Amino acid sequence: MNAGEMSVGDQASVVRVTGDDAISCRLMEMGIVPATELELIGVAPWGDPLEFAVRGYRLSLRRAEAARIEIVAK
Amino acid sequence: MVQAARSGSIETVTIALIGNPNTGKSTLFSALCGVHQQTGNYPGVTVERKTGDFHFGSGSIELIDLPGTYSLAPRSPDEMITVDVLLGRQAGTEPPQAVLCIVDASNLERNLYLVSQVLELGLPTVIALNMIDVAAARGITIDAEELSRRLRLPVVPIQANRKRGLDDLKAALTQRSVGPVEHSVPVFPAAFNQAVTELASRCEAIQGREPPRFLVQRLLLDTTGYLSESGIPGVNGTLANDVQQARERLAAAGCAVPGVEAITRYNWVGEILKGVVSRANQSRVTASDRIDRLLTHRLYGTAFFILTMALMFQLVYLIAEPANGLLDAAKGWLAAGVGGMLDEGPLRSLLVTGVIEGVGSVIVFLPQIFVLFFCIAVLEDCGYMARAAYLMDRLMFRIGLNGKSFIPLLSSFACAIPGIMATRVIENRRDRLVTMLVAPLMSCSARMPIYSLLIATFIPERVWLRVFGLRGLVWFGAYAVGSCAAIAVAMLLKRTILRGDTPPFVMELPSYKFPEWRVVLLRMGQRGWEFVRRAGTLILAVSVLVWAAAYFPHRDSDIPETWRMRRDQIQSTLADASGRSQADLAALSEELTVLDRQIQGEYLRRSWLGTAGRGLEPLVKPLGWDWRIGCAVVASFPAREVVVATLGVIYNLGSETSDEDEQLHAALRNATWEGSQTPVFGIPVALSLIVFFALCAQCGSTLVVMRRETNSWRWPVFTFTYMTALAYVGALLSYQIATWCGW
Repeated sequence: MNAGEMSVGDQASVVRVTGDDAISCRLMEMGIVPATELELIGVAPWGDPLEFAVRGYRLSLRRAEAARIEIVAK
Repeated sequence: MVQAARSGSIETVTIALIGNPNTGKSTLFSALCGVHQQTGNYPGVTVERKTGDFHFGSGSIELIDLPGTYSLAPRSPDEMITVDVLLGRQAGTEPPQAVLCIVDASNLERNLYLVSQVLELGLPTVIALNMIDVAAARGITIDAEELSRRLRLPVVPIQANRKRGLDDLKAALTQRSVGPVEHSVPVFPAAFNQAVTELASRCEAIQGREPPRFLVQRLLLDTTGYLSESGIPGVNGTLANDVQQARERLAAAGCAVPGVEAITRYNWVGEILKGVVSRANQSRVTASDRIDRLLTHRLYGTAFFILTMALMFQLVYLIAEPANGLLDAAKGWLAAGVGGMLDEGPLRSLLVTGVIEGVGSVIVFLPQIFVLFFCIAVLEDCGYMARAAYLMDRLMFRIGLNGKSFIPLLSSFACAIPGIMATRVIENRRDRLVTMLVAPLMSCSARMPIYSLLIATFIPERVWLRVFGLRGLVWFGAYAVGSCAAIAVAMLLKRTILRGDTPPFVMELPSYKFPEWRVVLLRMGQRGWEFVRRAGTLILAVSVLVWAAAYFPHRDSDIPETWRMRRDQIQSTLADASGRSQADLAALSEELTVLDRQIQGEYLRRSWLGTAGRGLEPLVKPLGWDWRIGCAVVASFPAREVVVATLGVIYNLGSETSDEDEQLHAALRNATWEGSQTPVFGIPVALSLIVFFALCAQCGSTLVVMRRETNSWRWPVFTFTYMTALAYVGALLSYQIATWCGW
């Protein structure tokens, strides 16, 4: 499962971030590393982008970017 | 005391200020330095360079404000500059002797990621723990002393917005900039460290000297290829091979690049913060979250967004209009004053028409620029700007841009200059360029006078269903032409010369907070004055050039003998008015006014500009224009808002024409092609002019600002060329189609 498939209110734990380009590097720098907890807390009006709670702050990602984050649901 | 400090006996310490975005870095910077700030650009790039200074005790400190960043991994010019400044490799910038790192207390984990990278640079570092009040309100308590002990550096709790803790911070900085460095740093796996050491010695073998270890480490970690492209000295084919092999070995050893960096650093952060940060057991949903649920709601959020944007532009017009009126009046008063003091001749004409009118036409835009910058600064500071980008991302994504391009484009409806300056929030260089290049297509307020004049004069009013009028429709059309062209051009650019992946939208949504008025006003003032200083000088030069072209050669022999004689005759009669009736005198001065306008028109016709206009006639005839329109259009290239005044002069009216002037309406309706009775204007010509003005880059200030923001003349020249071509083709099509339709 990946973070792009979560529904609002879902909580999950990160398994890994796939890819090694600038986007994946940025995701990891923003604190998305294995075992980080993620919660999807909102979706923008047209269904994209998404708003996540991670490490105590709010991060917005497009679904396509969230799809790089492999997760296990909690 | 300040005098003594400046006399040179006291050493100035250079300190770099760094931090994540949204940590209150600008607030701290202005709290420390007050108005002692200098802004500019780093040579060759579009990154803003900001420095300031302050005194503490007997010491003097120069603070370099680095761009807000989440990481020291250079993947953009901004980040490369940050790294170069910190490593002392940036030409023209003093190598910093210490680093001040500002962190958000309510978001320590992610903030310490950047800190962990800064510490590896080996410079003396002080941490400013900002927003302790916000953290406390969320039930987060931080043991700053323990944190300081573990990191082995000073950690000073501050509230930059209330100016609390600043003296402690200054004291820590002055002490810290001397003395040995022994910070705690993350420990990378042995295999990784070994790979870095090997690479460093390879670099040394190739270059003859060892590069900074930090850069070698980055080279190994940078899988995006930015570092090797942007030219670390010594990177060549051999080294690229070495890097590749090292990465393969690391992957086999279980610490694959680039993941190993984030994992190691966040593990270190976790260790450091264990027992230092405690959270009261309370709901994870903050007040900011609850506001967010409303403001990003499908219905309320969208409604609020539209309302906010509408209000912002209402405010721009509301405040800008009387202020513009005031400035216009001041300009007129100044022109009259200066005009009254000088005799008629080139000098008076130069000062009044060239300098005062020309520069004045730029200054009148100041109020709306300031108001718009004020609104943008408020929205930025309270955290709503990030939500606006979040809401608009889907829409902008279709064009190939991202949500952050929306506000600059919207601002450009008021004026492209603040719009172009507002593109600074877009990190991706290509996207920033595309946004800048299409921003001038948005119908700015300077296009309103010509739209209003042409529509009122030539478009008949027809109303359907009581609400929809033909004139309103043409207004809307003028705005739509520009916006549609902007979308089309943006899509085209993204698919051709500025091709690149659709940029990511990995964006922090900061907590809402009340705007910091000091920061808002300072930001507004700085951006506004920058505009005046840079654009003002060029506008002055261009205005003088256009004036000269429209004034010279100014030969009296070009004016028919009979006109001049009649004028002299009337003037002498008026001077000696004895024995004439009041009505007689009124008629004579009326005749004089008309005659003066005719003479003025004839001078213009014979001027270089007029000659050029007549020369251009074959080129503009397919658009339905005669030489006089061509002239007015050419003269309005430096600043489109002058076209109404120029049309007035050309059609033999006084130069003090406003679009409300009924005389100009009549003069345009009655204008005929020279030597015939065919009227010049009609609906097709009006439409072709409207389309031309909607699409053309007739604004010197915009091009100058674009030059400054991109640091190259290439992009303004490109914009000017494509927009002029677009305008010509658009005007040609509108005229030909409208004529063919028989309008």
